[in-house]
Amino acid sequence: MSDRITEKLAILADAAKYDVSCSSSGSKRKNTNKGLGTTGNGICHAYTEDGRCVSLLKILLTNVCIYDCAYCVSRKSNDIKRAAFTVQEVVDLTINFYRRNYIEGLFISSGIFTNADYTMERLVLIAKKLRTEHKFNGYIHIKSIPGASEEILKEAGLYADRLSINVEMPTEKSLALLAPDKKRIDMITPMKIVRQAIIENREERKLFKKTPLFAPAGQSTQMVIGATPETDLEILYLANGFYKKMDMRRVYYSGYVPISNDNRLPAIGTPVPMVRENRLYQADWLMRFYGFDVQEIVNIQNPLLDMDIDPKLSWALRNMHLFPVDVNTAAYNAIIRVPGIGVQNANKIVAARKFAPVTFGHLKKMGISLNRARYFICAGNEFEVKDWLPAQIKHSILAEGNSKYKPNFSPQMALF
Amino acid sequence: MDIITYDGSWPGFFSAVFEVYEYKFSAPSIYKKEVAPASLFGKTHDVITDETKAKRVMDRLKQKLTPKAFQQLYKTFLSEQKDVENGMLGYIQYILSSKGLVENNYTNAAVLLLQQVSRKVDREKHRMEAFVRFQLTKDELYYAIVQPDYNVLPLILTHFKNRYADQRWLIYDALRKYGIYYDLHTVTEVQIDFSADVHNKKEIANIYDEKEILYQTLWQQYFSSVNIKARKNMKLHIQHMPKRYWKYLIEKH
Repeated sequence: MSDRITEKLAILADAAKYDVSCSSSGSKRKNTNKGLGTTGNGICHAYTEDGRCVSLLKILLTNVCIYDCAYCVSRKSNDIKRAAFTVQEVVDLTINFYRRNYIEGLFISSGIFTNADYTMERLVLIAKKLRTEHKFNGYIHIKSIPGASEEILKEAGLYADRLSINVEMPTEKSLALLAPDKKRIDMITPMKIVRQAIIENREERKLFKKTPLFAPAGQSTQMVIGATPETDLEILYLANGFYKKMDMRRVYYSGYVPISNDNRLPAIGTPVPMVRENRLYQADWLMRFYGFDVQEIVNIQNPLLDMDIDPKLSWALRNMHLFPVDVNTAAYNAIIRVPGIGVQNANKIVAARKFAPVTFGHLKKMGISLNRARYFICAGNEFEVKDWLPAQIKHSILAEGNSKYKPNFSPQMALF
Repeated sequence: MDIITYDGSWPGFFSAVFEVYEYKFSAPSIYKKEVAPASLFGKTHDVITDETKAKRVMDRLKQKLTPKAFQQLYKTFLSEQKDVENGMLGYIQYILSSKGLVENNYTNAAVLLLQQVSRKVDREKHRMEAFVRFQLTKDELYYAIVQPDYNVLPLILTHFKNRYADQRWLIYDALRKYGIYYDLHTVTEVQIDFSADVHNKKEIANIYDEKEILYQTLWQQYFSSVNIKARKNMKLHIQHMPKRYWKYLIEKH
């Protein structure tokens, strides 16, 4: 019995790991019923040897699937071991892992068996059991099944903190090529339904405080990058659309890990595009926390992100006419755009300068990386004297720093 | 230099601060009694903890600090770092001698120091919220052993109390030889000599719940299955999970 469950866990965790979402934050579920669990800012309980965080028990209910998406390990034509958990097994695993402080909650997803609604009902049943029978207040993320009905999606939102549905490919063309069974409309429609339900729930909660939560941690989505030829421009514009029009909390970029000999895809052994993935996340952060418009990061003239420098530095070098920024007078919005200064340090500068003029010495003590920032700032009469050209700045910063990616700045990171 | 010693407690520290003002020491340095250096030329002044004196200083500080900054002061204290009392004293003197709210003046060395030390303690607190691994015993107690860099049990108590409201648990600090215990109603500090060897398999079988080993095995299995070998990055792995914590992490055994 225990060997069987261990084997199932091995198979169904392995199949779920390409879903990169690990977030367990953004919910506001409290433990008010003297039950089990809370949600908060999210905690990463462990990190695997690939350096990714383990926050949730991320498993598939089953890896049996009627679809044949080329990029997916669980595709029906793939000759692998299949397994399925019972609803009760998932509930027991979640509760027992949670009680031992291994995890923040459950991320449940599934291969599609019979049809979308039949599969989705099982996922919702797990969440329902956890919430009602076990008074579980930890984090639950349900990955919706494309094509699920409005009725079942609305039930899912009553128990889940987050709902997601993966757009999978940056363009419809790629989706048609690699996942002929899936239609983008089957992903977009559920997103719209959930978005609408979240808005309605928010309004209702303003009027009636007792209204139950509906997906309080919102929606997220994921796309595979590097499996198909899209540019960063296409990827980031799509992400921007999700943030602006779909109120997505997060868009995840999953560098394609070659798992198939299918000639529509990069061959097995092709390195995972980890640098590119990292640059996309940096660009994503600029859009969400630094007030950047997507067009400032990528545009028709610059459809690809630089691999050797981060997108903020890249933007600054293209816009030298906006610098130097005076840390003693500039607005917060201008200070966070300086390479080497992040949100926390920008806040510190703005707080400190009310008391005394901020000098380069202060900045250094605050922990700001002056070897980056110095080309773009001045503080009173302190400023970089030499007149640098953008290319020189880039060269100088690259020479000083030792980027973790230095061995290979090609979009496909080398294996070493 | 005047050496001022206290008993190492939080109210003890504030009693010492009170007496710095009371006796108008010109160059005071506060130390825990057991680590105070011998004073060559100045005198050594030993402070007896006095709740009333401590409260007066704390109340005054609470008027001049936001609750967040006062909490930062407490976190800095829990860092137990060498000479931290004198950094704190410098901060308190700066706060009390200034007009208005000055806790965000990061151009001041004392303010910056407090911010930086308390942030380290915060990180350790967060790590402990992540790295506690409970093991279930036969008498339905979830217990965990930790060895945090700083004395963070007082800071993680509320988190665990809220989260695990329906199970009895004990978190034991093996370095500082005390634990916090939740009995389904309140959390209390407990002094125990916890000498049981957690890695001794025979002993484990005796005190563990019958399912405990199964769930530990499942967790280890899960941890290895979610790893993507093609993305191996040990540097990042160790940066997030420094080796000094592995001893009590079931998935790293």
